[in-house]
Amino acid sequence: MTAPTGTTARPRPLLAVWKFASCDGCQLTLLDCEDDLLALAAAVDIAHFTEMSRSTTAGPYDVSLVEGSITTPVDAERIVEIRALSGVVVTIGACATAGGIQGLRNFAASGAYASTVYAHPEYIDALDTSTPVSAHIEVDYELHGCPIDRGQLLEVLTATLAGRTPVIPGHPVCHECKARGAVCLVVAGGGTCLGPVTRAGCGALCPAVGRGCFGCFGPADTTNTVSLASHLVTAGAAPIDVSRLFATFNAGAPAFADEAAAQGGPVPVPRTGPDGHEGER
Amino acid sequence: MTHGSGVRRSLGVEGISRVEGEGSLRVEVRDGTVTDVALDIFEPPRFFEALLVGRHFTEAPDITARICGICPVAYQMSACAAMENACGVAVGHRVQSLRRLLYCGEWIQSHALHIYLLHAPDFLGCADAVELAERDRGAVERGLDIKRTGNLVMSTIGGRAVHPVNVRVGGFYRAPDRDAVAALREPLARARDDALATVAWVSGFEFPDVVGDYRFVALRDPGRYPIEGGRPASSEGLDLSPAEFADLAVEEHVAHSTALHARLAGRDPYLTGPLARFAHNAGVLPPVALEAATAAGLGPVCSNPFQSILVRSVELVFACDEALALVEAYEPPDPPAAEVMPRPGIGTGVTEAPRGLLLHQYEIDADGTIVKARIMPPTSQNQLTIEADLRRVVEGGLGLDDADLQWRCEQAVRNHDPCISCAAHFLDVSVVTT
Repeated sequence: MTAPTGTTARPRPLLAVWKFASCDGCQLTLLDCEDDLLALAAAVDIAHFTEMSRSTTAGPYDVSLVEGSITTPVDAERIVEIRALSGVVVTIGACATAGGIQGLRNFAASGAYASTVYAHPEYIDALDTSTPVSAHIEVDYELHGCPIDRGQLLEVLTATLAGRTPVIPGHPVCHECKARGAVCLVVAGGGTCLGPVTRAGCGALCPAVGRGCFGCFGPADTTNTVSLASHLVTAGAAPIDVSRLFATFNAGAPAFADEAAAQGGPVPVPRTGPDGHEGER
Repeated sequence: MTHGSGVRRSLGVEGISRVEGEGSLRVEVRDGTVTDVALDIFEPPRFFEALLVGRHFTEAPDITARICGICPVAYQMSACAAMENACGVAVGHRVQSLRRLLYCGEWIQSHALHIYLLHAPDFLGCADAVELAERDRGAVERGLDIKRTGNLVMSTIGGRAVHPVNVRVGGFYRAPDRDAVAALREPLARARDDALATVAWVSGFEFPDVVGDYRFVALRDPGRYPIEGGRPASSEGLDLSPAEFADLAVEEHVAHSTALHARLAGRDPYLTGPLARFAHNAGVLPPVALEAATAAGLGPVCSNPFQSILVRSVELVFACDEALALVEAYEPPDPPAAEVMPRPGIGTGVTEAPRGLLLHQYEIDADGTIVKARIMPPTSQNQLTIEADLRRVVEGGLGLDDADLQWRCEQAVRNHDPCISCAAHFLDVSVVTT
């Protein structure tokens, strides 16, 4: 993309968007900024974003947004190269920040997943683990969510370009639930809800439709998962269901992984260490 | 540059842009003949069919939504259909209509995304929509407006646009209230006008003269254009139940290829998606969409893959019009979901994702635990046909220089709006470069 005419002083910062193992939903959130997309494209030079453009500007880049988790030997090398090319690295979404739903493989026996899906698992060149980007390189900022929130993405981009710290809450969903006046499902006996231990940011979407939070945004800054799980079980939930609730898109986040394991399933206790590298082959 | 006989040309595109997900393609030409065409998918595998095993059947819609951020509703709907089939439950008319409305929202946002941001730049010689906006800002803004309306439908019904939260096996957690749904009327009416303008705009593009010899497979849903259900049908006259289709569509895991390849009866490649849907169902399009198609020069069947953007634009008119009709007729389902009790068995669900037919099949046990899962996304069904397209495009385009031929090949892939991130999440992943 060419610079807008008339700009002579400072070149626009170069923004790159990278994809690893993921669903594309967090990148799509950038394209979903319909009102701001063209304004953003004027403020930064979108230098690498294969979902959007066939033109690529070589690095280094001022800001790299990284979607997806690290699941192959090639990707484990690629993320190191991206770090070297980038001034600021921001990871976006549950895959990049916690390993994603595909992180459930970290809890399975080595090779079990590949042989379930493939007739010829020997063709598959994948790691036994799905790990967050932060297990491989230094990350400057992590934006959580499955998917991320559009407003939060714009806040992180704006703050990063302005050189300030993004204003993103670390408190739990309960705050947003109260703020929008939704009925508390845990108190009202409406079933299981991870709102008390899940990071805010979605706007308490699920309680607003009468559904318990299922943890898309991962653990809040401070959590008491033990207390919540015991409350849910006391209130009648089966431990396996509580465990499943903790073991979805942020199954690799330590607070959730530990509680899923404490409730006995749905998968065996983690086999790998916290850095997740043991499964590499 | 000359391309005389004896010259060996090798084109490689690493990282096909403007497709959802990442793939690459490789074409080899020797002595004026195409010797090898391969669409490689280098998406890392995410093993969904394995990680679903042991989960509760009610979790499938939310988990499989994460296969694709562009068409999460398609995954949710096929998962719900399969689970309800396994449990012997038929949802009521109101739930069905609300699902169709939600799904229309996804068609609108996905088609607008593909037409304006991913595909149109090819026809106008632009690297991307930002460059296109520098030349024709009005067009890109129109596309973004339509896309915004699709997202609005999804967030109104589903709670949010990417990975909606309000869908469950049996229906919805809460039926949206009448006012919220009625508020969609005005933006949808505007989007329908914009979609008509889209058809007119796109019909002015210059299309390479390429005709595919396609075996079309799409759903048929008596009396209406298929979205959230129907029977799989082929252009050769097959008319199957979802379970029969699941048995007939065989996927192969090929050495050093990068995707499972689906064939009918283990033999015949086929194509799903807008061209196939249109070929089977143009006759039941509402008048506003059919008239737009006719005015744009489309006959009853379109076999030029480059004109898929035109068919997609016609479907955009249809989806806006259909959504409007559903908004007008909206009655909140009460209760918002049918009760679905698990029972041991196998269930199959097929729906029309924006980019083609999406099949889910699950085996569950008596307490509702998933024992086995099979998911066949549109792109793995289309992969062999996309490769055949590439062969045709290269053979017909040998006079182009490398850069132009490469671009046209990329375009031939984008013609089918492949969601490579979906297809590859089940598939081989090693990138084999020769």
